[in-house]
Amino acid sequence: MELTTVWFSLIAVLWIGYFTLEGFDFGVGMLLPVLARDDTERRVMINTIGPVWDGNEVWLLVAGGATFAAFPEWYATLFSGFYLPLLLILVALIVRGLAFEYRAKRDDDRWRRRWDLAIIVGSFVPALLWGVAFANILRGVPIDADLEYAGGFFELLNPYALLGGLTTLGLFVTHGALFVALKTDGEIRHRARGLALPAVGVTAVLAVAFLAWTQQQTGTVGSAVAFVAAALALVGAGLAARAAREGWAFLGTFVTIALAVAGLFLALFPDVMPTTLAGGTSLTTTNAAATSYTLGIMTVVAVVFTPLVLAYQAWTYWVFRKRIAVHHIPAAPAPATAR
Amino acid sequence: MDPTDIARWQFAITTVYHFLFVPITIGLSAVIAGYEIAWLRTGNERWLRLTKFLGKLFLINFAIGVVTGIVQEFQFGMNWSDYSRFVGDVFGAPLAVEGLLAFFLESTFLGLWIFGWDRLPAKLHAACIVLVHVGTLFSSYFILAANSWMQHPVGYEYNPTTGRAEMNDFAAVMFNKVQLVTFPHVVLSAYMTGAAFVVGVALWHLRRARTDADRALYRPAVRTGAWIVLVAALGIVVSGDVQGKIMTEVQPMKMAAAEGLYETEAPADFSVFQLGTLDGDEETFSVKVPGLLSFLATGTPNGEVEGINELRERYQEEYGADPGAAYYSPGDYTPVIPLTYWTFRLMIGLGMAGAAIAVWVLWATRAGRTPQGRAVLAAAVGLPLLPLLANTSGWIFTEMGRQPWAVFGLMTTEHAVSPGLTTAEAWISLLTLTAVYGVLAVVEVRLMLTWIRRGADELPPEVPDDAGDDRPLAFAY
Ligand code: HDD
Ligand code: HEM
Ligand code: HEM
Repeated sequence: MELTTVWFSLIAVLWIGYFTLEGFDFGVGMLLPVLARDDTERRVMINTIGPVWDGNEVWLLVAGGATFAAFPEWYATLFSGFYLPLLLILVALIVRGLAFEYRAKRDDDRWRRRWDLAIIVGSFVPALLWGVAFANILRGVPIDADLEYAGGFFELLNPYALLGGLTTLGLFVTHGALFVALKTDGEIRHRARGLALPAVGVTAVLAVAFLAWTQQQTGTVGSAVAFVAAALALVGAGLAARAAREGWAFLGTFVTIALAVAGLFLALFPDVMPTTLAGGTSLTTTNAAATSYTLGIMTVVAVVFTPLVLAYQAWTYWVFRKRIAVHHIPAAPAPATAR
Repeated sequence: MDPTDIARWQFAITTVYHFLFVPITIGLSAVIAGYEIAWLRTGNERWLRLTKFLGKLFLINFAIGVVTGIVQEFQFGMNWSDYSRFVGDVFGAPLAVEGLLAFFLESTFLGLWIFGWDRLPAKLHAACIVLVHVGTLFSSYFILAANSWMQHPVGYEYNPTTGRAEMNDFAAVMFNKVQLVTFPHVVLSAYMTGAAFVVGVALWHLRRARTDADRALYRPAVRTGAWIVLVAALGIVVSGDVQGKIMTEVQPMKMAAAEGLYETEAPADFSVFQLGTLDGDEETFSVKVPGLLSFLATGTPNGEVEGINELRERYQEEYGADPGAAYYSPGDYTPVIPLTYWTFRLMIGLGMAGAAIAVWVLWATRAGRTPQGRAVLAAAVGLPLLPLLANTSGWIFTEMGRQPWAVFGLMTTEHAVSPGLTTAEAWISLLTLTAVYGVLAVVEVRLMLTWIRRGADELPPEVPDDAGDDRPLAFAY
């Protein structure tokens, strides 16, 4: 396999890691007002992702860094082109990340309500916008002959892209509900399981519509296989959720997201960012790539360290495998006010 | 202002802001790891209480370090796309390796450390914070390698077909001679900053302490911290001295700009301060140390140091007329002299003032003494701030002294900016991030002060093992 193809695949793997992992913590964040009835329950939910959300987010940073190193032209065009949506995502990730850390640091209801809002909005915005961004990449955007993005902000808000956004939103909500069902005990667990069923239904409709539309536009045999398998995994997740097999159900949405993202990358290949302009140039794995020298070095680093990272991240999930319930939450040891 | 100006302001604001939290993360994680190991070794509970106390402050700081770092990772692509295209082949690699090696390590093991007090055996738990610290060192190494390459590009070849710099020697990039002195200088500065933070916090509590138990708790923190400040400061001076010589070699204009030296001199003096416009026209009042600039730049007290005027001509011969001359600065290839002059002095002066306070603190707390009075308060407040501001000054000096280049000798800042970036977009981004950062600064400082005042908690009562799975979590958000 050519090195550029290896790196295209590796970047797909990084995004799969990002969406399958941060996907559920976005879901937990968005469901905060839905599944929790009081502050202790909100804390139960937040603590299910407490030890892991930051590690999950690093998948995004590495995906960004790897794109910079392996496909500099892609990094440059994508990030300068999708400027305002990215800025929104950044601000959302900033307030959300701080909220987890800061909300329990003061015993003050107004303070906590504000940070809760930051968690909810900060999870919702990227969950929606990542889908919009990916759909636009697949659909193609105006890129001129100098590889510069030549469109505006509102072109990014087309029906196909919005459907993509709703799909990731639906997937992450479902994924998050199943995670809460798997990781908590007591009433929240029941509520989460109850919510997961309709969520799977709605998401299935959105996902099938979006993936079929994608398949019809740029699909290949490979992407078709991945999309069908993704749909089956989602159905499996629904069935498992109904049978109260929370572990299997969560695995189901995990696999659904992984396969759907894999399918999107298969549908994209060998482009990385196709153009819609007549005289424009599409970015491909070839013309966007770094030199084979750089790719070679990066391959060695990735081959040595990715398994290590996977091993210790998996170990973290093992260490924190126990379910959390209301009685596990200690009283908040926070000072009443900041003087 | 045009998009380039706005993008520069954004880069300067977001990076300086990020680097207020970075050195505390690096330094404090080292001190905390030391205290937790001290607890394991001695079994003395005061180390455990300090570990937990500083751990809480660490988290408040770390969170904001992380979220401001995310902006850094993406703004190269957003605001500096031409730069990213040009250097991606060389510069992207350290950035990607940083994510894979450092960020995963830091975030995963910090999660384990925070929530793992009751889940991990004590030694493994201490290993987690050690790994967090190792992660911060990896992170510093790779990002500084990237930055050093911009100061002194090596290990690459310019490819006229693709119009970009292409890496041909990864080892040269990783072991760039600029990098080899920058890394110790920056990391030691971070140790100094983190330790100064500990001294400030502990000194404030020591002064207020009413019981012997409290004094016995905070005094060791004050003294270990102050020693680290001193040793680090010594290392900073040594590494800074080496850095000066390498800088004179690879960017002679930066050294001339550090002194505002217009005409070549041998020996060249170092002015401690100066009154005047610094434009080279008029003799101004200044206090000089004879031969010191020569020593900093060349290692001998009467070595020749080139002046701005000659360097300007030399640069013009070598690189042609300055493409950005009208844009950046008073003249061809000349950085903004008052800025480089003063930031260089502030870096050294504020840092050395911090070291002096640490000496005083050690003296005042010798043999079980507990100093009282306003001077202690001033030291407790001043000591943490001085190295922090010295860091900021050092970076502003390093980066502004490189102007008009983004990558020295290869690409000017003006050509680095995203061509499609509109003024409106740039403003929206600058104003949004600055507003968010401003609000967060207020929130952070108030929270930090609240938790500092609270002091170290008593240790919680031992939970009997038979409580089993129903025990409350040792830590919860
Ligand atoms: C000398 C050290 C140093 C320097 C010069 C920088 N950083 Fe930094 N950065 C760190 C040292 C560090 C750290 C100590 O590793 C941090 C600070 C707080 C933290 O959580 O990790 C961090 C966090 C951090 C994060 C978040 C990581 C996470 O989620 O865990 C990102 C994405 C970046 N940085 C990226 C950058 C970029 C692109 C920089 C260049 C412009 C930069 N940093 C300058
Ligand atoms: C964290 C420590 C750092 C600080 C405080 C810092 C600060 C600054 C400052 C003050 C400028 C000048 C802004 C101007 O001229 O308008 C600048 C420029 C720049 N720096 Fe750094 N810098 C840091 C690290 C880095 C690193 C590690 C990199 C690369 C990896 C980097 C890349 C750049 C670039 C691309 C510019 C050019 C853009 C510009 O001129 O604004 N900096 N930085
Ligand atoms: C006698 C004392 C010092 C000397 C001689 C010295 C020297 C230098 C020099 C020459 C540079 C510029 C390197 C370049 O651009 O190539 C630099 C940068 C810097 N200094 Fe210092 N310094 C001293 C003290 C300090 C102190 C006390 C601190 C902070 C606590 C500090 C923090 C920094 C930082 C953060 C940078 C920017 C990063 C870098 O390029 O290394 N320095 N210093």
